[in-house]
Amino acid sequence: MGEKRRGLSPRERSEWFWGWLFIFPTVLGLIVLNIIPIFQTIYQSFFKTGDFGKGNIFVGLKNYQKVFGDQEIWQALANTFRYAVVEVPFSIALSLVLAVLLNRKMRGRSFYRTVIFLPMVAAPAAVALVWRWLFNTEFGLINHVFKSSVSWISDPGIAIYSIAVIGIWSILGYNMVLFLAGLQEIPHDFYEAAEIDGASGVDSFFHITLPLLSPTIFFVMITRVIGALQVFDLIYMVIDETSPALPKTESLVYLFYRYSFVNKNIGYGSTIVVLLLLVTLLITVFQMLAQKKWVYYG
Amino acid sequence: MDTLERKRNLTRILVHLILILVSITMLTPFLWMTLTAFKTTTEATSVNPFVILPSHWRTDAFSAVITYMDFGRLYWNTILMIFFRVLLAVVTASTAGYAFARLRFPGKEIFFSLVLFQMMVPSQIFIIPQYLMVAKLHKLNTIFALVFPGMVTAFGTFLLRQGFKSLPRDLEEAARLDGCNIGQTFLYVMMPLTRSSMVALGIFTSVFAFKDLFWPMIVNTDKNMLVLSSALAKMQGQYVSKFPELMAASLIACVPMIILYVLFQKQFIEGIATSGGKL
Repeated sequence: MGEKRRGLSPRERSEWFWGWLFIFPTVLGLIVLNIIPIFQTIYQSFFKTGDFGKGNIFVGLKNYQKVFGDQEIWQALANTFRYAVVEVPFSIALSLVLAVLLNRKMRGRSFYRTVIFLPMVAAPAAVALVWRWLFNTEFGLINHVFKSSVSWISDPGIAIYSIAVIGIWSILGYNMVLFLAGLQEIPHDFYEAAEIDGASGVDSFFHITLPLLSPTIFFVMITRVIGALQVFDLIYMVIDETSPALPKTESLVYLFYRYSFVNKNIGYGSTIVVLLLLVTLLITVFQMLAQKKWVYYG
Repeated sequence: MDTLERKRNLTRILVHLILILVSITMLTPFLWMTLTAFKTTTEATSVNPFVILPSHWRTDAFSAVITYMDFGRLYWNTILMIFFRVLLAVVTASTAGYAFARLRFPGKEIFFSLVLFQMMVPSQIFIIPQYLMVAKLHKLNTIFALVFPGMVTAFGTFLLRQGFKSLPRDLEEAARLDGCNIGQTFLYVMMPLTRSSMVALGIFTSVFAFKDLFWPMIVNTDKNMLVLSSALAKMQGQYVSKFPELMAASLIACVPMIILYVLFQKQFIEGIATSGGKL
């Protein structure tokens, strides 16, 4: 031990001291605000909250059994998937096209970029309110422009897709900027060489852009799927509690909100959010495995 | 004009057409929000004829929502929430980011894995215990409650660590030879050089704090302690189909951030998107 002591130079000792001092607030915060809460949430999911939020009764796996038999949960899971399955692919495909179109010297480039990114700085609560108004069946701008009379957000069959449209509109600019950053990394000579070989723009897109951009696409996909599985704000703001479309639009996080903070059943709310964690992890792991088939690391 | 040139021109026009169409789609909701806010309810809900521009630019809807909700208070609460979140995020993330990037000390890998772990978990899993902690401290309906979950930031620590990693090592060596200890080297030499990362983190934190609805809505229910986004949620119940009022409130809530965005668009886009892409 004495030897070890001597092996520690003043410089090393000072690095230890400053290192620990510098990370202390962050590590303490992460432990108190994040690490302990994860265990508390998992712990709570084995308890039933008594009436009026009073008292905890240990119920073992009962909450989980209830979740698996709960039609409402399965429906919420299906709603969440429906939302994600529309929002993620469409927002990625559209923003990819926009990024490719903007990835050149052209007039108005920064104007277009600024405008398309604009929804990112608007509060989702406000965005939801204005879309709710645009989607209004009787007086909405959309039905007026298309001479239609669709109940975009009150028809249980289509409401979740209308909400996904809002989601796409909101996230388009964000994805596009990430893709633009990725496109800058692709050397211009590749395209010139392809053009000399007689490749069309479409050929270049599929044989140069897509493979070389695939790591960025993969990153965007992972983060967008995680984000889409957590959809809440838009649904909460667009769909009224009394709307006939609510059962067909409420997401897992919406149910989590309702059980935990409206019904004050913290035990069941925790179970729902643990389910969300498991679903998210499962899908992320699956995507990580699937990437080997299509992501190109040059 | 040869055919190749003509084809190029045609493509260019087509590209602009698509981009203009997309731009219109992005702007229409904001435009419609503005136009509706200046109408009367009768105008807004008139179908035959459909009214696009208000006949008079009325501010009745604005005065109605301002009387119903103290927007000065909402702005103040929102600004305080953002200010403290940004301050704490920048301070804790730059010190921790520097330590993780440059210093050697026992436990570094384990502690850094906490940072990575936090970033991978959906944040809703923390919410109930965080809420119960705030409730137990009797701090519901305070600014503290709004700031609480954002006191430290795993994402920011990661971002700043990347920022410090990109700086040359000679600087620290030079500072050390000049007699600086590690704290001084960090404060006077290294930290000032990561200003762009700190600005990016500041903007990222501000925008996402401003957009957050779930947390402010559950911890602060007292009318005087709401923030802009949770106030909009509350107003939706109040003004069910009074569209001019709802649009006026949305406009008041969004305009300051939009103005800041237009003024500092480059920093905003870099701060929000590009730093997100650096993970």
